[in-house]
Amino acid sequence: MSPERVKVDRQVMPSLEAVQRINSFDEVALGYSEEQAVLEASRCLNCKKPLCIEGCPVEINIPAFINFIKERKYADAIRTIKEKNNLPAICGRVCPQENQCEKRCVLGKKHQPVAIGNLERFVADWDMKQEGNTEPVQVSPSGKKVAIVGSGPAGLTAAADLARLGHQVTVFEALHTAGGVLVYGIPEFRLPKIIVEREIEGIRRLGVEIKTNMVVGKVHTVDELMAQGYAAVFIATGAGLPYFMNIPGENLNGVYSANEFLTRTNLMKAYLFPEYLTPIRLGKRVAVIGAGNVAMDSARTALRLGALESYIVYRRSEQEMPARKDEIEHAREEGVQFKLLTSPVEIRGDENGWVRSMICQRFELGEPDESGRRRPVAIPGSEYEMEVDTVIMAIGQGPNPLIGQTTPDLQLNRHGNIVADANTGQTSKPGVFAGGDIVTGAATVIQAMGAGKKAARAIHEYLQNI
Amino acid sequence: MFEILHKQVLAHSIKRWEILAPEVAAKAQPGQFVIIRINEQGERIPLTIADYNRDRGSLTLIFQEVGRSTIEMGRLRAGDKILDLVGPLGQPSKIANYGRVVCIGGGVGIAPIYPITRALKQAGNEIISIIGARSADHLILQREMAEVSDQLYITSDDGSAGQKGFVTDVLQQLLEQGTAIDHIVAIGPLVMMKAVSELSRPYRIKTTVSLNPIMVDGTGMCGACRVAIGSETKFACVDGPEFDGHLVDWEVAQIRSRMFREEEEIAMQHITRGGDCQCHRKE
Repeated sequence: MSPERVKVDRQVMPSLEAVQRINSFDEVALGYSEEQAVLEASRCLNCKKPLCIEGCPVEINIPAFINFIKERKYADAIRTIKEKNNLPAICGRVCPQENQCEKRCVLGKKHQPVAIGNLERFVADWDMKQEGNTEPVQVSPSGKKVAIVGSGPAGLTAAADLARLGHQVTVFEALHTAGGVLVYGIPEFRLPKIIVEREIEGIRRLGVEIKTNMVVGKVHTVDELMAQGYAAVFIATGAGLPYFMNIPGENLNGVYSANEFLTRTNLMKAYLFPEYLTPIRLGKRVAVIGAGNVAMDSARTALRLGALESYIVYRRSEQEMPARKDEIEHAREEGVQFKLLTSPVEIRGDENGWVRSMICQRFELGEPDESGRRRPVAIPGSEYEMEVDTVIMAIGQGPNPLIGQTTPDLQLNRHGNIVADANTGQTSKPGVFAGGDIVTGAATVIQAMGAGKKAARAIHEYLQNI
Repeated sequence: MFEILHKQVLAHSIKRWEILAPEVAAKAQPGQFVIIRINEQGERIPLTIADYNRDRGSLTLIFQEVGRSTIEMGRLRAGDKILDLVGPLGQPSKIANYGRVVCIGGGVGIAPIYPITRALKQAGNEIISIIGARSADHLILQREMAEVSDQLYITSDDGSAGQKGFVTDVLQQLLEQGTAIDHIVAIGPLVMMKAVSELSRPYRIKTTVSLNPIMVDGTGMCGACRVAIGSETKFACVDGPEFDGHLVDWEVAQIRSRMFREEEEIAMQHITRGGDCQCHRKE
């Protein structure tokens, strides 16, 4: 390893000042300048056996695209990424790189790993600024129709890959806007909706048709789609069913699921009420239960909507928090307070049925559980009252049951997730594939995209043989 | 975009649309609902399907102008288009031959009770219908309900139509007279559905109500519409909208229906101050 290379420190992504942030929904992380990107790219050792690629669920040729950035050949860099990833501007922003590609980076052993995610975002944003970016590849049509249910990361990825292979793809989306969790879940300040729109526009240009306002299982069943001439169906409906804790007081006014809170804000733009007509009602002291990315998004959104205090209430310790490091850091900078080793056992209301406080219990960490994390153990007699007027449940989501209920020969597991082969997405029903959160339970955008890619490959193979 | 084919003023502040939505009309069943959004700034508004015509590919929606969004809906005319319509959502009504069924509709709740009553009649039930409104000029679908009922009772708060009083007064009379009733279906304001359920409870007559809580997506994704049914929490959008009236926690339902009352008023002020007066626009 040449000594000069590591002299360059990992480039820090510029971001809005915390005080500025919490008064707007503007994007927080501002992206690298060109000079920063080239400098950061120069840190890559271009390893003979690049471990970073193994850490990427969609196997982007990472050293190759970084090398192109170093040479300021951005068009080549984006082409390299797009060979594997159809949503690079999104992944560059929301992937948990620290647990994936960057975790495997050799530089990370002694120094800081190369900022692969930041570089991906840089080149994807560069691409969007170009006129007529990446022309769709002309392919000869296969004459085969594929239906994709859900337009989140798994569905969009599969749609793009299948369209590139010449298949006629229709995506069915239940909401009025395409994008799934990218539009209803992840907030504007972390993933601007214009970025999502442009990425989806790119997928439309590949010839993919997206039909919104279509709830498969209601307006058409999976069997009806197949009868209509779709030779294969890919189910990518995500983890759309919010979990509650089943504690007393959860139906009080002022208790939201994170899904409701974020959907009102992101998809329905309640932060622009009354110009936009969907309301959101928030108190001054907001408690978010859970510590994943959804919880961080909720706690940070609450501050932007005017909460004076925003708490993350989590029954384990900081080490076990599942959110991306950046999100935890951003949340802390913005003033989110962490109440760790704590969980509510009851929510209490006032005489009008509004949240007034939570009864919380303290926890300590015991032996590791099956997830390998130390199990939280309640401390008897540790209950105390915490004054809050809004509670947001961000403790996870399960599979939406609509498709399972209307597709009798589709095998589900005991949690209601669709049983599908991990490598192909093949379900118990011939011609029907599934992938993303509907199969695995709530996970990450990039994992869903990885599942979409695998399924697209398997569907293509399946279509050759029928 | 979804075109309003026909618009009609049914009663004071109650309007009917026939709207083109062939794929939804092909699947719609009594008891189900749709969610509409008029324009980019609009809310997602759940509306029970009042009727459907599969040949014409249309749905009938009946709404009362009670707030900002429904007033904006009321201003639209035949030929106008709305941005979004999704459905059919929710579970269809359970239609069976119960024997003698009492169908009760209050106010704009008469709209969704109509297709259910018709289906129950077609299934061979003897139908006693009770419909009520504030006054004669708020009463809708009297003729339609008469066509699908063996007996039709009408009530109004002020006595300007039918018997003076509430729909529950008629139900109480029927029950006290010892009328054999096998099943009750009631749709209307929460207080009405609660009162019907309380009346029928001692007689152990299965009573189905249709809840219309606050919703966002309508597909089970947000949980805004959760209702307490017995000891369980259910989502009205996917588990309902119909539930056993004897198991509904009416207090929770009433409190939750008021969650955004202040915001509703703010939205209304915004519309009245916002100009764009359409008083003289012709229907």
